[in-house]
Amino acid sequence: MFKFVFLWTDLTVWALVAFCLVYGVAVVRSPGLSASWRRVFREAPAMCSAFVLALCLVVTVADSVHYRSRLGAASGTAADTVQYEVQAHSLLDLALAELVQSRETSYSRPLDYEALRLETVSVNGHLVRMAPRLKHGGAHLSDPQHQWHSDLLSRVFTGLLFGLGLSAATAIVLFGLLARVRRAGFVETAASVWNKEGEVPWRAALWTLAAIATLVGVVVSLMGSYHVLGTDTTGNDVLYQALKSIRTAFVIGSLATIATLPLAVVLGIMAGYFRGWADEVIQYFYTVLSSVPNILLIAACVLMVQVYLDKHPDMFETGVERADVKLFLLCSVLGLTGWAGLCRLLRAETMKLRELDFVQAANAFGVGSVRIMVRHVFPNVAHLMLIVTVLDFSSLILYEAVLSYVGVGVDPSMNSFGGMINLARKEMSLDPVVWWSFAAAFGFMVTLVLAINLFADGVRDAFDPRARAFRPRLPVTRKPVAQARNQG
Amino acid sequence: MVSYLVRRVLYGALILLGVNLLTFFLFFTVNTPDDMARLNIGGKHVTQDLIDRWKVERGYDKPLYVNEAKQGTQRLTETIFWERSVSLFELHFGRADAESAGDIGPEVARRMGVSVQLALPLFVLQVFASTAFALLLVMFRHTRLDFWGVVACVLMLSISSLFYIIVGQFLFSRLLRIAPISGYEPGLSVVKFLVLPVMLALLSRLGTEARLYRAMFLEEIGKDYVRTARAKGLSETVVLFRHVLRNALLPIVTSAGSYLPYVFLGSLVFESFFGLPGLGAYVIDAITKQDFAVVRTMVFVGSLLYIATFVLIDVAYTWVDPRVRLG
Repeated sequence: MFKFVFLWTDLTVWALVAFCLVYGVAVVRSPGLSASWRRVFREAPAMCSAFVLALCLVVTVADSVHYRSRLGAASGTAADTVQYEVQAHSLLDLALAELVQSRETSYSRPLDYEALRLETVSVNGHLVRMAPRLKHGGAHLSDPQHQWHSDLLSRVFTGLLFGLGLSAATAIVLFGLLARVRRAGFVETAASVWNKEGEVPWRAALWTLAAIATLVGVVVSLMGSYHVLGTDTTGNDVLYQALKSIRTAFVIGSLATIATLPLAVVLGIMAGYFRGWADEVIQYFYTVLSSVPNILLIAACVLMVQVYLDKHPDMFETGVERADVKLFLLCSVLGLTGWAGLCRLLRAETMKLRELDFVQAANAFGVGSVRIMVRHVFPNVAHLMLIVTVLDFSSLILYEAVLSYVGVGVDPSMNSFGGMINLARKEMSLDPVVWWSFAAAFGFMVTLVLAINLFADGVRDAFDPRARAFRPRLPVTRKPVAQARNQG
Repeated sequence: MVSYLVRRVLYGALILLGVNLLTFFLFFTVNTPDDMARLNIGGKHVTQDLIDRWKVERGYDKPLYVNEAKQGTQRLTETIFWERSVSLFELHFGRADAESAGDIGPEVARRMGVSVQLALPLFVLQVFASTAFALLLVMFRHTRLDFWGVVACVLMLSISSLFYIIVGQFLFSRLLRIAPISGYEPGLSVVKFLVLPVMLALLSRLGTEARLYRAMFLEEIGKDYVRTARAKGLSETVVLFRHVLRNALLPIVTSAGSYLPYVFLGSLVFESFFGLPGLGAYVIDAITKQDFAVVRTMVFVGSLLYIATFVLIDVAYTWVDPRVRLG
């Protein structure tokens, strides 16, 4: 009844998920890697942000399965010709179908049942200026002035109850499992988690989970009948736009950093290992690239891509595909222009490594250069790659907003935080102020970027022992489990 | 020192040549002058005549790299590539693609003045404020102040600069009516238009910079000379301000220096939000109008400034740290 649409970025998102799974298996098998990753999750901020990121990842993956549903045979065409919808939808669209369909005519405040703008309507022959009722937001209320408050309250309460129940259930399951692992009593385990004992910050994780669960619960219970974050100028639900923007941000952050990797890794290791003229040439390349102010270079590349796409308008079947190719090319451009920094880092590290005994020994045994670079140098610089990748992730998401403002970002038809901010700029000067689009973009973006930053810091501290010294610490220490048990 | 500088400048010229080649490839080979003409003239009725005239007006009516019709060296010099490159290196930027716009050269010079007015005070204040904040955190390291200071830094660097601008404009210009929303006036009265953008730009970068500088200071503090200084019985303030600060200046100069090109290029976002007619706003205009000549020129000017900056930073090293000898 439908056909899948394989967009470029979808495929890469799926490839990325597959890679993460493979990497996960590798981590479990390698004691060194798993020790480092365990260190990441011992830090409360990294642990909490991992939950937020996991939630965003679920949204991204759900938004990365696109399909076009089949239309009923139109009159006049042969019965056996199969036609599909012009628009491609994703699984997220399917899950949020209510939000997509409940379109108003113009702005409305968050959770409101009336439109923002007054309209002139005739009531019993008299012309009255009044705010019209929304078509979907609060449409089930017969007497909104009296019912609105209690309806909102009851829905919020249901959501809260659901969220708290879910988190309480999780906590009980977690305590049970921990108690079995630690061979301790249930109450004892719960008390030790509550007192922040042990290495893994379970208490912080539970709090995060509870916060997320209650928030999601409340939003879901309100979502069906209200516009939780209001509607924009064309009446589209802002919450839906914000959720769709998560994928754009994620794709840009991950794809663009991954696009830098091949060039940076291959050239950086080659330059450091071979030195001599190869080093000179590679250095020249990345100096040329990095001497152009980044945003100008990106703007120039994206402009050229745009001209090329404008010249070939019939390359794509649907608007989504076209916007997607633009996003994919934007990521490639970001990758191709941004590899200089990592390349420089890897070159320096390789230069240090190639003088070390194990590389010299491999050399003496007659191992070829390529093999040395792949087997001996690369695994020893991989942690730098990981650190730089996660650190770049958040700056790229922030960068997207600026690029969209400059006019070289993602396609305007694609939901993105940059696009939302761009529109919000005008809305903030309206009277009355339309602040909800802006606030939604702000809230989602700050949460996402902050989570990534905290996670990246955790990864850096775990994989780079030198960075750990700069971590700010409160003058309190966490008690280890064994000691705590002896006391109890 | 002199021979080193000469070498650096020559290498810089080589880099500039590479940049020129790259931009030429991007702007003339990926899309031919015909495409650009079609785009610029716009509309449905683009005839070959119009395109040819557009190309002649801008000197784009020659072959790209090799002119087969000519003899000898003219085969290479009578081409768009040669003419564009030579005029760029002579700092003759030609005219903009758009019909109404004039020559790029004087426009760049005029706008650079505006950009410097915004970016120079910002640059100085930025270095000062970030260093001061980082020093404060380092002085109170391992305390609550340091912890929450770093938390504030991480929070601040997680917020897009666009949010600072929009909220700042809304708060200070619309609600409190302290500063004008946007605009520009030549002369001294420009100050009232500059205060808000400078402050907001300062704030938007403070988190990143202060955290970076803090790490630099902490790295210095772990070194032996600091322990020696403390062992001599010097007070913590003297150790920080006389010893650590001076030694941390080297990485600070490098990190702050990389922003120096933007002192002249201006900030794309801040200039266009606050209606300042600087180079950043010029670039945004050019991008929205798809004026490739301007974008190309700005790429060249940008890398020229960048290369000049790095020579300057090298010189600054010798001044900051007498141990560094160029040669």
